[in-house]
Amino acid sequence: MKSRTLPLGKRGLNFEMLMWIFTRLSALGMYALILIGVIGALVMGARTQMNMADVIRWGFMPNGSHVQNTNVQDLAPWVSPFWKLSGSALVLLAVSHGVHGLVVIADDYIVSPMGRQIVRLISIVTMVAMSGIALYIVWTA
Amino acid sequence: MGLKRNVSLATGLRYQGKGPMLTFVLHRIGGLGIAIFVGTHLLSSFFGGQIGQSLNAIYESWIFQIFVFFCALFHAINGIRITILDLWPNLIEYQREAIWVEWAVFIPLYTIAVIVIVRTGLAG
Repeated sequence: MKSRTLPLGKRGLNFEMLMWIFTRLSALGMYALILIGVIGALVMGARTQMNMADVIRWGFMPNGSHVQNTNVQDLAPWVSPFWKLSGSALVLLAVSHGVHGLVVIADDYIVSPMGRQIVRLISIVTMVAMSGIALYIVWTA
Repeated sequence: MGLKRNVSLATGLRYQGKGPMLTFVLHRIGGLGIAIFVGTHLLSSFFGGQIGQSLNAIYESWIFQIFVFFCALFHAINGIRITILDLWPNLIEYQREAIWVEWAVFIPLYTIAVIVIVRTGLAG
């Protein structure tokens, strides 16, 4: 059976469609950032001093306080602006990807227009607050 | 938008979607698990104090690590499958094969990770 798909011009371009493609692209972006974190850990000596859990932790969020909890000798390479910027990028992608995911889940169970409106309001507030808190932690930790 | 629901919850629970349904449910559970974990983890490191420390103790226990690593790894690997199939829609024909490939990648990786986590956890 051949799958049927519409050409790009015939597909509607609305908010849901944009968020659908954003979810996929932000996932690809997060894979790239996680790979950068793990490669960075390996470059900075993870091969000799680290266990798997630490490498995973750095992959998912390579910021200073995460690295501090592991027994790495030299913390300086991990608090450079490069890692803060990549950490900020990961945080922003993750928060928007995650909050949109929560909205999609909520839409499956909350079906009244009023309820969905409230969910969207809460989600926007959550997204802004969580992004702010996370950026604060990344840049001050 | 379909705002009316014609299927009761009991009927929904009896729906037998097999493999694709299982990945959908696990993707959802994994996503919720990550969202709850990352959310509380952020808040605990932001506010700190007694509650933050007791939350950190939970995160560092190996039993919790097994759970959260399942969420993260399954969500990531299933996400790759969804992304590939959605960005190249012609591949949808092979979605059942894609799910088998997904499990073939997930099960060995997760098994190794669980063995490592348990061994590290039992060693203290």
